[in-house]
Amino acid sequence: MIRDFIYLKANTVEEALDLIDQHKEDYKVICGGQSLLILMRQGLVAPEHLIDIKSVEELNYIQFDEKEGLRIGATTTHRTVELSPLVLEKFPVLVHMEENLASIQTRNWGTIGGNLCHGDPAGDPGPVFMALNGAVKIASKQKTRTLTLDEFFIDYFETVLEEGEILLEVRLPPIPPRTAVVYEKFNIIKNDQGIISVAASITLNNDGLSCNDARIVIGAAAPAPIRAKETEKLLIGEKISKGLLEKAGEKASEEADPVADIHASEEYRRHLVGVLIKKMVEKAWEQAKAQVK
Amino acid sequence: MEKQVLRITVNSEYHELYIKPKRLLVEVLRDELGLTGTKKGCNTGACHACTVILNGKTVKSCSVLAIQADGGEIKTVEGLASGAELTPLQKSFLDHGAYQCGFCTSGMLLSATALLAENSKPTVEQIKEGIHGNLCRCTGYNSIIRAVKAVTEGKYEEGSQ
Repeated sequence: MIRDFIYLKANTVEEALDLIDQHKEDYKVICGGQSLLILMRQGLVAPEHLIDIKSVEELNYIQFDEKEGLRIGATTTHRTVELSPLVLEKFPVLVHMEENLASIQTRNWGTIGGNLCHGDPAGDPGPVFMALNGAVKIASKQKTRTLTLDEFFIDYFETVLEEGEILLEVRLPPIPPRTAVVYEKFNIIKNDQGIISVAASITLNNDGLSCNDARIVIGAAAPAPIRAKETEKLLIGEKISKGLLEKAGEKASEEADPVADIHASEEYRRHLVGVLIKKMVEKAWEQAKAQVK
Repeated sequence: MEKQVLRITVNSEYHELYIKPKRLLVEVLRDELGLTGTKKGCNTGACHACTVILNGKTVKSCSVLAIQADGGEIKTVEGLASGAELTPLQKSFLDHGAYQCGFCTSGMLLSATALLAENSKPTVEQIKEGIHGNLCRCTGYNSIIRAVKAVTEGKYEEGSQ
């Protein structure tokens, strides 16, 4: 049973920041509420004030600029991202991610900003945005700041958002040349949250053979999505081989810090990390190579 | 806790209601408006039996606060037929026995309606994607897919029967 709360609706960013500032002592921000309402129904979250930013239209946008890259406003729905021809052309990995995220009904109402602020380590956008070297713009009544996605997630359902702050937009720089970004999660039922997920971005050198840069992110393997930095180091400068992929898989399983739960044991999760890393690194590598030819 | 005004148009009928902001859309549709065609299945956002169309898009009415639908237009299963005239999808569901217990039917019909509004000629794979979230506890998916497919093949166009 959801506990009573005072409902306050904001129509602009300014209104939202004012309302949050006025009710700092006990509030929660709702956008699509596809995750929050579940927690409220279970009584795990029971705010005194619920501040609704779903109707803040100024944050509902997807824009692309060759220099700046992609900007997605916080109240943009998953479905809007999924069906955007612009996203499909410039960041196809996001369309693939959305098509495998929950159901159409959830994607129709749930938002990109809400998903990130929920801070679920098994969420889909987090790892993909991290692999894409994304950043978030955050504002409070007093100040605006921009942080990388690497810095955004802290712990289970916890982000760097401070009291009084809301997320305004996600920024993804243009994908560099000779680079491919891929994402996959392992689950029992299609479109469920991943038991383990891996996003990989591989950039090749001009020779089309050796790795110039790698960004490898694992989801659901720690209290927050994590960069597998040792695995990245292992790949940079190398040429692809079966041995290298094996080593990358092993290294990433060491870097992961998963817990056991109803879905999988810790050992099984570590095993899955190895499997998915090998698969994703190879896939990204091949797609990047195809761009060089 | 004070009640707040909610103005919604459901199946082309305008309503002005006073509700507690914590009320879910499914509760308002069923308990305030008596539209019990919308089913409350799991009430945790998993089964999608409570699917309705809000401003042209399907949503789970158990996962939307009614107050967030303020000013919106909603279509429930009661709003599909005009009078006694069923929609092609409804007719096809009947002909194909696309339900066993019937509990998922209203949600299935609304998901399929939204799918065909977006894409009138979906492939079988696209039909499966379109109803992916809607669980049928009798597992009668094949007849549901056949029913949607039949509509896309023009078998239920006006004058075809």
